[in-house]
Amino acid sequence: MLILTCPNCGIAADETELHADGQAHITRHGAGASDDDLETYLFMRNNPKGVHFERWRHVYGCGKWFHAARCTMTLEVFGTYPAQTLEPPKELVAKIKKKRPDWEGFVK
Amino acid sequence: MSNAVTALNGAKYSGLIDIADAGLMGMITLRGDLASAAMAKVVKSITGAKMPKPRGVETAGKGSVAWMSPDELLIMVDYPAADAAEAKITDALSGQHHLAVNVSDARAVFDLTGDHLRDVLAKGSPTNLNPDALPIGEVRRTRLGQLAVAFWFTDESAAKLVCFRSVGDHVFKWLANAAQNGSSPNFHSDMR
Ligand SMILES: [Zn+2]
Repeated sequence: MLILTCPNCGIAADETELHADGQAHITRHGAGASDDDLETYLFMRNNPKGVHFERWRHVYGCGKWFHAARCTMTLEVFGTYPAQTLEPPKELVAKIKKKRPDWEGFVK
Repeated sequence: MSNAVTALNGAKYSGLIDIADAGLMGMITLRGDLASAAMAKVVKSITGAKMPKPRGVETAGKGSVAWMSPDELLIMVDYPAADAAEAKITDALSGQHHLAVNVSDARAVFDLTGDHLRDVLAKGSPTNLNPDALPIGEVRRTRLGQLAVAFWFTDESAAKLVCFRSVGDHVFKWLANAAQNGSSPNFHSDMR
């Protein structure tokens, strides 16, 4: 079971109250992009065993989007943070690095 | 003028808890900048209540106001007062980005009472129903079974629950089933 604290309303929400929307911080290539860029945007995703950054929506609650950093293997949640950002907060990255020294760091 | 009827049409059930149609209630969804002075002022003039803190419910003489999200309130007034309240909001916030809709007939409202209230709700919602986690006067938007609901305790053995009108009958039956005598896990009620 996964419990994520929604940074918009402060509720520690159960996974069943949330909607998962996959990898966070992807670059949106649109009209005019090269075929390779568009393919990357549409189909290519990281699939790490370990630290992962994701988009979630508090669908049965406040209805807002947010970001979460968690481990895909242990389900350990490192933290959640607002949706209005292009990359995870530095403090969160530092916290994860401390817990997982072998982690390669945030890569877009 | 048509005769307004609630989704539950006066339904009642008595078991572990008492479940009752709360009757017609005026409800306005108001979205916009909750930090704006104009919004606080119009909310106060309609309900008498102050702007709630995140997840809070404030009640005063003329109504209640519940915090639903960082940019959404649910304003509750007497049923016949809802249209006028909506018009008042639209007037007070003109020129300011906002949305006010009378949703009175789009919702079903339940009055729930009894000592096993937290146990019954915990059967269908992943909410932490410990009184420390969900104190009186704090609203929780969540799911009950598979349906979106919001509920808040008005005292330790009384709560209001709101859901969409179209699923009101289902939620009533769901609650009645969960409230059958002899079926309490006695978790929260034993801690009282
Ligand atoms: Zn939320």
